[in-house]
Amino acid sequence: MIRLTREPIEAGQVIQAVQRPACGAVAVFLGTVRDHSQGKAVAWLEYEAYEPMAERRLSDLLAEARSRWALGEMAIVHRLGRLAVGETSVAIAVSAAHRAEALAACGFLIDRLKQIVPIWKKEVWQDGTSAWA
Amino acid sequence: MRVEVRLFAVAGDLAGRRTVEVELPAGATVADLRRALTGQWPALEALGPRLLIAVNQDYAPDDRVLAPGDEVAGIPPVSGG
Repeated sequence: MIRLTREPIEAGQVIQAVQRPACGAVAVFLGTVRDHSQGKAVAWLEYEAYEPMAERRLSDLLAEARSRWALGEMAIVHRLGRLAVGETSVAIAVSAAHRAEALAACGFLIDRLKQIVPIWKKEVWQDGTSAWA
Repeated sequence: MRVEVRLFAVAGDLAGRRTVEVELPAGATVADLRRALTGQWPALEALGPRLLIAVNQDYAPDDRVLAPGDEVAGIPPVSGG
């Protein structure tokens, strides 16, 4: 499952989307908005995406993960728009028969997402300044 | 041929617009597009080669030949997740 959404992410739903009877492990990663960045207090974040290309690249990542590890199901949900401190920006859930594969694939998906998927974060600080990360 | 280019995030800020148009000769490459972009919007020079170009939603090398109707986007360094 791949989704870009402007609605708050429900981690429980992302987990449920990948659970399967044949899977004994579900690995989950949540990216959440931190209250500080570059030594300054964060007011909020804004996420922007080149949506159709982002979905393609995310689909590529799922295919690569599936070719590398024995997996059940995978779900990646990324939030767009304005997020407050503490909110979830991205949720990734991976199920597998065993934990080694689930954990490895989950780590791979977030690491590669951050390298190649056309999504951008703008940090807005309490002091009124802002910058694209 | 007229090529429309979507500029995302800091690239859009530097150009002052989210969509720009450049006029290119038939057979122009991504490298030619880059020169046209920085020629008309010099602020984009600040990104240099860190501005990747996507053609039809795939990252494209500088020698990629552009065709009329191609969907082109300027992709600055990504920061999702």
